[in-house]
Parts: sequence; C-alpha cells; structure tokens
Amino acid sequence: MEGLTLSEAEQRYYCDLFSYCDTESTKKVASNGRVLELFRAAQLPNDVVMQIMELCGATRLGYFGRSQFYIALKLVAVAQSGLPLRVESLNTVKDLPLPRFVVSKNEQESRHTALYSSDADNPASYSGVIPPPPGRIQVKKGSVSHDTVQQRTSTDQQESTSPVVSPQQSPPTSPHTWRKHNRHPSGGNNERPLAGPGPFWAPFSEAQPGSSTSSDPIWSGHSPPPHQENWVSFADTPPTSALLAMHPASVQDQTTVRTVASATTTNEIRRQSSSYDDPWKITDEQRQYYVNQFKTIQPDLNGFIPGSAAKEFFTKSKLPILELSHIWELSDFDKDGALTLDEFCAAFHLVVARKNGYDLPEKLPESLMPKLIDLEDSTVIPVISEVGEQTGEVGYSSSPAEAPPSKSPSMPSLNQTWPELNQSSEQWETFSERSSSSQTLTQFDSNIAPADPDTAIVHPVPIRMTPSKIHMQEMELKRTGSDHANPTSPLLVKPPDLPEENKMSSSVKFTPGNTVTDGYSSSDSYTSDPEQIGSTVTRQRSHSGTSPDNTAPPPPPPRPHPSHSRSSSLDMNRSFSVTPGQQQAGVVAYPPAVPPRPQPSQGAGPHVHRPVDAEGLIAHTSTSPQQIPEQPNFADFSQFEAFAVSGVNKEEEDEIETHSEVLQAKGTTPLAPPPKPIRRRLKSEDELRPEAEEHTQKTGVIAAVLASQPSIPRSVGKDKKAIQASIRRNKETNTVLARLNSELQQQLKDVLEERISLEVQLEQLRPFSHL
Amino acid sequence: VLVSVICSPPQNYPLYIRSVPTENELKFHYTVHTSLDVVDEKISAMGKALVDQRELYLGLLYPTEDYKVYGYVTNSKVKFVMVVDSSNTALRDNEIRSMFRKLHNSYTDIMCNPFYNPGDRIQSRAFDNMVNSMMMQVC
Repeated sequence: MEGLTLSEAEQRYYCDLFSYCDTESTKKVASNGRVLELFRAAQLPNDVVMQIMELCGATRLGYFGRSQFYIALKLVAVAQSGLPLRVESLNTVKDLPLPRFVVSKNEQESRHTALYSSDADNPASYSGVIPPPPGRIQVKKGSVSHDTVQQRTSTDQQESTSPVVSPQQSPPTSPHTWRKHNRHPSGGNNERPLAGPGPFWAPFSEAQPGSSTSSDPIWSGHSPPPHQENWVSFADTPPTSALLAMHPASVQDQTTVRTVASATTTNEIRRQSSSYDDPWKITDEQRQYYVNQFKTIQPDLNGFIPGSAAKEFFTKSKLPILELSHIWELSDFDKDGALTLDEFCAAFHLVVARKNGYDLPEKLPESLMPKLIDLEDSTVIPVISEVGEQTGEVGYSSSPAEAPPSKSPSMPSLNQTWPELNQSSEQWETFSERSSSSQTLTQFDSNIAPADPDTAIVHPVPIRMTPSKIHMQEMELKRTGSDHANPTSPLLVKPPDLPEENKMSSSVKFTPGNTVTDGYSSSDSYTSDPEQIGSTVTRQRSHSGTSPDNTAPPPPPPRPHPSHSRSSSLDMNRSFSVTPGQQQAGVVAYPPAVPPRPQPSQGAGPHVHRPVDAEGLIAHTSTSPQQIPEQPNFADFSQFEAFAVSGVNKEEEDEIETHSEVLQAKGTTPLAPPPKPIRRRLKSEDELRPEAEEHTQKTGVIAAVLASQPSIPRSVGKDKKAIQASIRRNKETNTVLARLNSELQQQLKDVLEERISLEVQLEQLRPFSHL
Repeated sequence: VLVSVICSPPQNYPLYIRSVPTENELKFHYTVHTSLDVVDEKISAMGKALVDQRELYLGLLYPTEDYKVYGYVTNSKVKFVMVVDSSNTALRDNEIRSMFRKLHNSYTDIMCNPFYNPGDRIQSRAFDNMVNSMMMQVC
C-alpha cells in the first residue's frame, strides 16, 4: 500500500475509529466484525465497500491492519464525497471530508445519553462510542480549525452542555436535545467567544458548499470529543438520539449545527435543520431566528420580501446560484416572485440544510409548506391550492423528498392531503384539458339535436369545442328557438321568428358538421368569441367545408347540411312552413308576407345551404326580398310578420348560402359573396334575425339590422309598441351582427389557415411531384 | 418522439431543449432551428394591430414526412417549439395546446425566480420534472 498521508484531524479520527473497532485491543488489527459494521454504517453500496476493502488490501491480508484500516477509512471518505475510488486518490484528494458513518441506534442512544449526561461525563462517555470525526473543519481550514479546536478544548465542557447555542443566534434545531442544550446557551456562549465559533463555522460553511453532497463526516451521535466543537457534537447527538431513521437527515443535522456557527459569521445563521422527527421541521429557535432575519429585510411580518432583496440575502450564503434557484423554486409557493414569512422561513431553512450538506429535496417537504410551518408540532394546515399546485408541479416526478412524509409523525394529515392535492391539481388540469375536447361538444350536439320534434326543426346546437358562453347561448338559442318568444333574449334568439327556427335547424345541421370538421382550431377561436351566432355560424362553416383534414369528433347527428345545400332549403321550406304556424306571434306575420318556404330555391342562397334555418327564412325572404320590414326580427314578429320574415329569410338565406359556401369551400369560397347578400339581407335582417344560427345569425343580424330600418316606419304606423320592440330588436340585432362579424372574421382566418395546411398536406401526399 | 425547445429573442438561441428519445438529437436541433423561421413568419404576418387577437398558439408550423412541428409564442416573443412524430396520431391539437400551456406556465414560474437571469439556460429541476412528465405522457 502506498503511503497514506493523513491530516491531523483525520489521524485522530481514524485512530479513534480504529480503537473502536479494535475490540480485541490488539492495537494492531481491527476486528472484521466491527469494521464491517462500520462500513455498513458508512452507507455505501455493497460493491463500493467491497472495492474499498480490496483496495486497502484487507482482502489480501485477510484482516484490517491499522494501515489498511486507515486506507479504508480514507476510501470511505472518498466514496462518500462521490469521487471514484482510486488508490491515487488517497493522497491526492485534498481536503477530503472525514468519512461519515451513521451509527446505529443503540450507539447513538448511548451517545445521546452520554451527551446528556453533562459535561463532565461527556469526555468519558465518548470513549465508549465511536469517536466523532475530528473537527471537520479542520480538514477544510487548517489554521482556523486548529484555533477553534483549541478553543473548543477549552470550552469543551461547556460546549457539551450548550451545544449549538454558540453561534449566537443559531439555536439548536433539534427539538428535544437541542432545546435542552439551549438552556445552557449563556454558558456556552460565554465560553465561546464569537470569534471562536466564528472561524469555526466559517470553515464549515466553506466546507459545506465545497463538498456538497458528501461530506461532512458526521458521526451521528458521536459525542463531542474534547477538542471537538461541542456544539457540533451536540448536533450529532441529538439527531441520533432522536430519530435514527433518517440517517442522512441526522447527519445533516449535525452538520447543520456546525454550519450554524459558520452561518452566523457569514451573516447567515444556519439553523440546524430540523427536528428529528422530521429533518425538515423548523424548531422554535430556528423559526424565531428566521423571523428576526425576515424583519431585518421587511419589517412587516405580513408583508412580502421582494425577489431581489431575497436574492441578495440568500446570495450571502455562498451557495451556488443554481442551488439557490432551486431553493427558491421550492419555497416560493405561490410563485409570485416574493416571499412571505412562511416562504422565507422555508427558504432559509433549506439554505441552512444545504449548507450543512443536506441535499435539496425535489419537492418542498411538508414541514416547510407555508402555513404548515409551526413551531414544534405543526398542525398541518395545508394551503390547499398552493400545495396542490406545488405538488402538482414540483411533484410530478417522484422526487425523493429527503424528509419523507411518512417520517414526520406530525404531518400525517398532510400526507393525506398531499395526494389529494396532487390529484386535485391534476384533475384540475385535466379538467381544463377536457373542457376543450371535442367530446364535450359532440355530446352536446346529440343532446340538443332532437330538440323540437314538433317543428321538425333541428335546433342549432351550439356546438362549441370548448365550453363557453356561446355554447350556453346557443343552447339557449335553441331553446328559445322552439319557443322563440323571447324578444329579450339577447342575441340568442331572435326569438320568435320562424325563420329563426328554421335557421336554427339549419344551423344545427351546420353546427354538428362544423364542430366535427372544424376540429379544435376553429372551436378554440370560437371560444374566444362569445357570440353564439358566430359560433354556430362558424360551426356550420367549418363543418361543411372542412371535413377533409379535420380530425374532428364524430359528426353530430343531424348533419344533413353538407349535402343539403339545396335540400336544406327544402327542409327549411318544410320547416318553415311548419313553423310559421307554430311560431309565436311574431312568426305569424311571416307566412303572409313571406312566400312559402319552398321558395328557398328562390334565393340564390338557398343552395348555399345555409345550414342555418335561415334557409327557411330565406325562403320567405326570397319571395319578398326587400319587402321584409326591417324591424328587428326577434323582437316583434307579430308586427312585421310577413315581410319581416320574408326579408329576413331572404337575407339570411343568402347569407347563409354564402357562408356555407365559404365554410365548405374552406378557403375556396370567396368571401365576397357573403358580404353582398348580407347587405341585401340587412334590410330583411329583422326577419333573418330569428335565425339563431351562428352563420346565419351573422348574416342574419346584418340583414335584420337592415331590415329593421325600413320596418321601423311601418311599425310606427302600426303600433307604438311595435316601434319600441323594433328598436329593441334593432339593438339586439346590432350586437348580434357585431358578434357575427367578428366571428366570421375569425372563421375566415381559421379557414385560411386550414386551407394552407391542407394545401401543404396535399403537396406532401402527392407522390412524386415534390420529393 | 417528442422534442420541446424554448427559444428566446432576439437571437433565438435555445434556452432549453429536451428530447425524449435522445438519439438523433442533432436532427431535432436542426428541425427546430428551421422551424423558427416559420414561427417568425407567422408572428410577423399577424401584423401590428392584431397582436391581441393573435393567438399564442401557432398551431402546426409545418408537417414533414416524419414529424410535425408545433409552435407557440408568448407575448414577450419567447418561442416554444415542439416536434412530434407524425406517427403519433393520438396527439390531438388540444393536447398540444395544453402542453404548450403547461410549458408556458412553468416558464413563467422560472421567470419569477429572482435567481434566474433571463437569457440563461434553464436549469430548473422543477421545470425538468414537468417537461419529463409531460413527455412521458405522450410517448
């Protein structure tokens, strides 16, 4: 074996360890049993242990001589710091932390009792336990640690009693033991001048970051050696006594103690992380300290620390930015870029833990959750939304939290809530996703479709890809369509008209198709457009036109319109003729003024298959295109009756036609036609208005508006009420038209996009031309 | 196969790129790079006045035989690009949208972190976890 150079600390440490293993007191050979136990306590994987044993020569010799033992210990330290095991590394690795061994529980307890047993006993008791690693610090900072060590020796006794207290502020973290030790803070503090612990800590703080994952070889439960920083050992013992299960945690705790000291000097006190029940729990003293620090930054305890201030503060901890960034992510619960008191405490706690060598968890431990952090026994008060999001977000991957929830007895409820929260957050997410699924829409359609058997009108099912107002409106529209006696129902219904109903039916047909074909793009766009008309119209459009490349959901039931440009009109006729009678008062007027439904053919439009019921209306209107009184359709059909209807119908018809054409053509249809007929229709818009179809509605609205104009005078002459009604209707028409307009524009955009994508696909499909 | 990239203006260098099958990564890098042009074209085509109406989700940027590229751009012109297998027909548009939404949300979370300097590569563990989980869902 090559020569092994050990630092003083290492020498001492190894010597102690050897004595510990030297059960037979041979001073030469460490018993294999003890050695193996020791190595097991090192928490290294078995193969690593085997490798170590092989490297140190023990396997060759068959036993652990002193040199082999030392070499093995050094290799353990190497392995624990994550470096590859090499013989060369024995001497080349500088500043290697002492190997860390997690002592078994009994040992720890014994140590613990030893610790508790007062200062005097401490030194004595220590001999019985595995000697704690000599000040790690020393490994890192020679001179300083020496100083501190010396100081420590002097203050040994006291230190043992008042462990952590030293660094002025950092109170011991561990619950019981710590607290106990805290009782003697004054003693310890006095003994230990700040300078002492200061430099002492400083090395720790340096050491910690330096060997992030590894290293501080903390002998859990090792009693503070005389020269050892008592508080350090303190840290060791309490953890061990408390909760052995978390060996890494306890180890961390111990390191935390040490780092606490350094923290103070570096202007950050690192509280020892945690109680032993839960390594992440914040103790009273710790919390108090954090609160004080919070106050220095932000006097208002209920206020926030802005991100920049927090950044400066935590940068002082000398942790790498990446880790600070991660800590921030963990602790900023509400992701608002600022830290509340709870968040700040959590962040501070994590920083302390990290400085002590604790690995940062992937997700925030429960004890650090905002509002869950409590002094002692935190009553879990999960911030449901935050936790949910946190768990949802952070906890996506099953990150191994260093403080497994199960380990914290105080947080049982939290454990339960977490999965719920997780679930809820996920559900919450899925909900939103689902909401936009076409499935909803199609179902929608089917529900609505068989709306009005009487009138044989297929109610325009406002099939919206995404649930939206429009949807609701459309639904309502549909309903109103059947009744259509809702002059007041905004937009939805230009209620009463027959044409409306017809339109609705046709639009219904459209919508199913639209929704299906249009896929989500249009629906999405529709979503934004609250106008139901638009939605229905777009539906139709997309439906009719698109189909090809849309992976649309299964077409809703009544889909006739694709083919029924002509037929629809017929249907409209049929329905229209039927509806008039059934429609309410307003409708009544239609039949007389508007030529019978069958006319659909009349309008050029009808063939455009205005899926919208408008067709029916159109039929009417077609006959008397311009005669239709302008009065607003929905409001007051009774007044305008015939001509209103006819006018509206016509307009709608045309509009519908054009729209449907546009829809179907998917980009091939020039949009020019629609505008034209629309204008024409406007006059008869009133009548057209009843169409609730999106598509037709749009056009209808326009038509209605126009229609209403001329009709107004008539109404005046007829009836005062009619005027008011017509005014109201006009207003409604206006809004409807406006919405229709925007919807149409949106549809246009979508259609163009679809067209482009279709063309691209077409090109791709063409076998040889473009390859 | 799923690759997601976040590129930031103005030079459009990638802040974050992650692909699920890690082979052929270079090819995806190239694809993403070329698709940035399409993204730019789309957002410039939107026009100045239409910024509000412009959807953040750009949709299918362009399909090729092997894969499809989807784009998404935020109001601050940070571009998200996702490349998926063409064979993955189960991926619907809405799912892509939701994925972009998640990416966007996580990205804003990162931005809130005061320790993150805009323009740095994204090294957040939480973000990685989110992206990984998202990709696992797809593949």
